[in-house]
Amino acid sequence: MTTIRWTLAGLAGAALALAGAASAQTPKRGGTLTFAVSAETPHYDCHGSDTYATLHFAAPFYSTLLRFDLPKYPAVTGDLAESWTVAPDLMTYSFKLNHGVTFHDGSEVTSADVKATYERLRNPPTGVVSTRKATFGDIDRIETPDSHSIVFRMKSVNTAMLEHFASPWNCIYSARVLAEDPAAPRTKIMGSGPFIFGEHVKGSHVSGTRNPKYFRQGQPYLDGFKGVFMLQAAAMMNALQGGQVLAEYRGISPAERDRLLQAMGDRIRIEESSWTLNLLVLFNTEKKPFDDVRVRRALNMALDRWGGSQGLSRISTLRSVGGVVRPGSPYATPEAELAKLPGYGKDIAKAREEARRLLREAGVPNLSFTLTNRNLAQPYTPAGVFLVDQWRQIGVTADHRQFETSPYLAAMSSGNFEVAIDFSNLFMDEPSLGLSKFVSFDRSPENRSRSIDRQLDSLFDQQVRERDVEKRKTLIRSFEQRLFEQSYQAPILWWHRIVASHKTVMGWEMSPSHNLGADLSRVWLNQ
Amino acid sequence: MLRYAVQRLLLTVPTLIGVAVLVFFVLRVVPGDVVEVKLRGDGGAVAQETIEAERKRLGLDRPLARQFVDWMVGLATLDLGTSMWTDRPVIDEIATRLELSLQVAIMATLVAVLIAIPMGTAAALLRDTWIDYVVRIVTIAGLAVPSFWLGMLIMIGLLTAFSWLPPITFTPLWKDPAANLAQLIWPAMAVGYRYAAVVARLVRSSLLEVLNEDYIRTARAKGVMERLVVGRHALRNALLPAITVIGLEFAFLIGGLVVTEQVFNLNGIGKLFVQSVSRNDFTLIQGMVMLIASFYVLVNLAVDMLYAVFDPRIRYR
Repeated sequence: MTTIRWTLAGLAGAALALAGAASAQTPKRGGTLTFAVSAETPHYDCHGSDTYATLHFAAPFYSTLLRFDLPKYPAVTGDLAESWTVAPDLMTYSFKLNHGVTFHDGSEVTSADVKATYERLRNPPTGVVSTRKATFGDIDRIETPDSHSIVFRMKSVNTAMLEHFASPWNCIYSARVLAEDPAAPRTKIMGSGPFIFGEHVKGSHVSGTRNPKYFRQGQPYLDGFKGVFMLQAAAMMNALQGGQVLAEYRGISPAERDRLLQAMGDRIRIEESSWTLNLLVLFNTEKKPFDDVRVRRALNMALDRWGGSQGLSRISTLRSVGGVVRPGSPYATPEAELAKLPGYGKDIAKAREEARRLLREAGVPNLSFTLTNRNLAQPYTPAGVFLVDQWRQIGVTADHRQFETSPYLAAMSSGNFEVAIDFSNLFMDEPSLGLSKFVSFDRSPENRSRSIDRQLDSLFDQQVRERDVEKRKTLIRSFEQRLFEQSYQAPILWWHRIVASHKTVMGWEMSPSHNLGADLSRVWLNQ
Repeated sequence: MLRYAVQRLLLTVPTLIGVAVLVFFVLRVVPGDVVEVKLRGDGGAVAQETIEAERKRLGLDRPLARQFVDWMVGLATLDLGTSMWTDRPVIDEIATRLELSLQVAIMATLVAVLIAIPMGTAAALLRDTWIDYVVRIVTIAGLAVPSFWLGMLIMIGLLTAFSWLPPITFTPLWKDPAANLAQLIWPAMAVGYRYAAVVARLVRSSLLEVLNEDYIRTARAKGVMERLVVGRHALRNALLPAITVIGLEFAFLIGGLVVTEQVFNLNGIGKLFVQSVSRNDFTLIQGMVMLIASFYVLVNLAVDMLYAVFDPRIRYR
């Protein structure tokens, strides 16, 4: 078994090495990339969506102001913006736009379009949904000194603002289109991206053709692309193996990776990274006995995350032990410090002894409750089974119940659960994004533990405004310490991203988020 | 005959109204919220006011009675509304998938009928011979093997033996018949096998029963040729229960191939049905239920008409 693992690891390493060598090759023009998308977007509006399905569908058709420079992640680079300056007090962001950029209808992209886009994002008109309204709430006003300059003036400092300008969700729409119908982007695509919208056959596929007037010289390299919606993992694996699709850019499981490597050998490229996604265990603080910090803390401490990561990483997409920030990212807590936090200790026998003591002290030594979970095999089911087993070892009985997404979310939102597995899907490592889930319920409805903790709120606000990196790290550590001491909710494990593509697909860049790098402008086919 | 058809047709109206009322209220009892799934299903940090705005946009904030009246009025004017998930007319969502599902259902029915009737007849006429045993083994296997599993075997077989798989996107028959058949023949065979097994066993047992009837004995005593005895007298009567099963199976195939569609990545009604349920897309679910109920009602009507064709006693009653 160990030999097989080493062989597979070797193959994956070799694949990565070859991928690196190949990326240095001169891109070839032509060909159509067919790839799988494991979900279908409900609509086309990037501003009103939070699912990768929208980006894997729509990103090739749109430009953004900035974007993440994936080889140098988390650095940002210009997309429509040719250059930019940030005022020393972080209260003004000024951008110069590239000249000669046109929308697919031939009209020029100007600062008026960028302004209309960001006005829609921060203050959506009636009938328009912007899931980023709060994100851009710190913008005071937007000015357009000339047709290719745009200035954002802030109400207050937000240290993550530049990264938010690089968010893949901020597709730039035409001001004219928005003026005619602010809701038009939900159903119509008209961007300035590398590909022009071809067709969307509902339930089947989306296609795009090369934008010959794309502003980046020579790009895109592909003549077109076809994204086929493949909701069933086995069908997608067959299609990847059979060459009907050449890639899938969200991520596959370790078992699926091993199957592809075994069946396809050196024809398949496997790229791996830690993932900006995690599963959390959360306790409903409005229900007894989970309003008692001793009970929550005991249940958190009983989890052997270090041991669990060894086993779960073999059968699921769960892998890394981490705090509230993705392990390995700039603001992540180092392992040595993490191991000192409640629930992260490496002496699990000692931690469980303490957990049993806390439960006895709280008067619930033989606690039993229902664990609410989502009925998705990866990685929710293994995570649920793991939790049940861990708690069993301190004499706690959890009735593991898995629900369809809709009733699951309904239970989570209404607080109709005792203990649950939740998830956090981030597109970048900027801590403010991930930490907002733990801010008091009356400020942050996505805090499904329904906890109210003004100390956490204060630490959150301080770190958002703190510009000194080291001081900010200290604030984040304090936030983490407080959160795990109170144990309202805590990450179980962070996900591990595995992307499979045929070796003929070149130029695609791996990153820790499946929401990034979906525009396909630099992808080419080596055939 | 015409009066009989009109009577049957009129009876479908209260049935469909009953289905419409039932599906509307049952769906409102089911927990879940399309807006939550749409905006928070991927873990996004979406503000509550955004959720409320979307709920209002979809009309979910209106009183239940008002929503019900709108639904019934729409139904009366053949307007099934707009999908809460995609904002597209429900009729368009269904139409995109119906062509494929209908074709698979027709092809599977053809496969089933073409195999089942000769097989069932041969087994009945050659009872307890090796042919009968082979038919019985084949049909029992057909009943025992789930269609989706057979579909998976077909896909793995094609991949392993020929390094080839059927196309993954649908091409209409009239656009490219070869590509169309290359995609749909495999699910039609996977589904048609089980379907054939059910019908063949029914034809066999029904024909065995009919062959023992007095009028068959009389026909033989009168010296009617065996071919005519079987073809004109026995088989015609023996097919009546088989027609009922074929009709019901056909209606089932329109929306019931959920897993098989996933195995072959088919963009059919079954997949749409499951998606709409998991997303709590009320309007789409209602439209789909009405479609499938209509199919059942119409297929039953067609079966009743066929009964009249095969059995003159029904026609003259």
